[in-house]
Amino acid sequence: MSTGFHIVVCGGIVPDPLQTLEPVSTPAGPGLKNEMMLPAILDPWASHALFEAAHLAKGAPGSKVWLVSLGPKAKLQQVMMSVAQKAPFELVVCDGPAGGFTESAEAAEALAAAIEAIPGIDKTRLLLFGGWQSASRGAGTTMQLVGERLGVTEQFQGVDRLTVGADGSLTIMERVEGGAYQVSVCQGAPAVLGWATGELPEPPNNPQVGMQNMRFIMPALQKAKPAKVGADGVTFAAVELPKQRRETRIVKDTPAEDIAREIVAWIRG
Amino acid sequence: MEKILFLAHTEADGSLSQAGLEALTAAKTLAQGLGAGFDAALFGADAAAAANAVAGCGAGTFFCVSGQAFAQARYATDAAAITTLCQAAEATIVVCADDSRLSRAVPGAAHRLGGRADTHVTALAAKDGAAFVQRWHYRQRMYAEVTRVQRPWFVTVSGGVFPASDVAPGQAAVQAVTVADVATRTTVKEILAPSADEQTIRPDAALLFVAGAGWTKKQADGQPHTPEAAELILGFTTKAQASLGSSKSLVDMGGEGQAVLPFLTHLHQVGQTGATPRHPKGLATCCHGEEPHVVGWRFIGERRAVNLDAGCGWAQGKCDVLYVADAFAVMRLVNAMIG
Repeated sequence: MSTGFHIVVCGGIVPDPLQTLEPVSTPAGPGLKNEMMLPAILDPWASHALFEAAHLAKGAPGSKVWLVSLGPKAKLQQVMMSVAQKAPFELVVCDGPAGGFTESAEAAEALAAAIEAIPGIDKTRLLLFGGWQSASRGAGTTMQLVGERLGVTEQFQGVDRLTVGADGSLTIMERVEGGAYQVSVCQGAPAVLGWATGELPEPPNNPQVGMQNMRFIMPALQKAKPAKVGADGVTFAAVELPKQRRETRIVKDTPAEDIAREIVAWIRG
Repeated sequence: MEKILFLAHTEADGSLSQAGLEALTAAKTLAQGLGAGFDAALFGADAAAAANAVAGCGAGTFFCVSGQAFAQARYATDAAAITTLCQAAEATIVVCADDSRLSRAVPGAAHRLGGRADTHVTALAAKDGAAFVQRWHYRQRMYAEVTRVQRPWFVTVSGGVFPASDVAPGQAAVQAVTVADVATRTTVKEILAPSADEQTIRPDAALLFVAGAGWTKKQADGQPHTPEAAELILGFTTKAQASLGSSKSLVDMGGEGQAVLPFLTHLHQVGQTGATPRHPKGLATCCHGEEPHVVGWRFIGERRAVNLDAGCGWAQGKCDVLYVADAFAVMRLVNAMIG
């Protein structure tokens, strides 16, 4: 396409996956113990979506990437310090809760409003990227809801590859059952793509990109609009940690043959 | 009184999938618990034929959307079909499988109907006249049991939670539903699937075999042995008919230009941004057993690991048996013994 795409990546923040998480009750409903103190990262699926967006924009002249993120802006600032070095984008902030016990419908409402308010956004050129699920709520519904609110009914989930044709058409590979892919062709933008992992590696840190991004990130954080996101209509009867620890038997100093024999017997039941 | 609706799409051969039949059991169970009946809603190329195939399931009315436009999985047409079916049935709770097709379209339909969707549900039950669902949060770190007031309430049920319904065919009470023409700019071209012989992802296999990044690292002699690793891994998964999984580190290496196992893709990834399979047994090799990966093992019943490090993550209560040994040596012998 000669005019490029307007690529909006919806990406929230989640606790670093190496952290120990513990649920607690709060006046606003369930949350995490010391939630605001937990180190956070950009959601891993959203990260893949961002990398894919940057890659696409680089190859489509006239394209632009926005990252629309819902989360406490103080914590978003911390996360952006590292994300900013990965790919060029313009940040749009919704200052609100980013936890896993909020409603995806409410998050989608906030995100859609923020996208609608982006100056100069052209919905006819819109590609809405995000993760097909998340490491917080994990519902896998937010992207569909944002798309519906924006009037986009060409939607794809579990995307691992997007190829743009000379005529602007989009060839999309989506994960389906049994280790297979469904290949579809969409005539063009607008479309919603919920990414799985894509096929790109994580980009190396680029300090120059980071500095360019940070010039716009700080003002974006300062003018972030508050977003009211909760869990209206939901009653949490229980939030619990499942028992995880097993009694591990460690087999050491044992010949490989004996280990192999034991494994084979176990497999055969 | 709740109006419960079982929702499913037909497969390419016109039947209902295993996941769909499991969701049917879930709908029946919920209906019984609430002391209510349930209806069914089917869409696909020939939904009426599918309705007859499960006519004995106990559904009152089978609402059906048929037509070639609904033969393939496509968001625009699927969301429209689901919306129209739920309107026709006046459903308040809709139970379906969380397969790729419904996971894609159900949230949109829920939005159009002013309802909500709870997905990847791992328990569904009636308590004190109300429906409750259980689902995971924070990547299987914790689970929540919830109920809600919004209707219609779409519930997508994870595979393996309920047994598949074994239903007698018959003559179903079918009510055909017409969907207004849907404008779509998407054409489904093909399904890319490896042949049965080449397929290493086997959802129905009894054993999950996970290969970690250690398979491609330098071994005791200071050299990587990637070709031998590939041979050992494929040899085992073929002989044992195991489903192959991998750690994120290993699949990411391919994208970073490092030597990798040629048959591995992102689809093989377990945990983190990958899958959460449900095999009865799992064997991890050359994998450290760190938390982000192991959360993907949540539903693996029996777990064993082979790792040279006695202090790795697996030793911290994450598996039943940890064999401190060279995986190359062990798997070479396993392959010989397993025939």
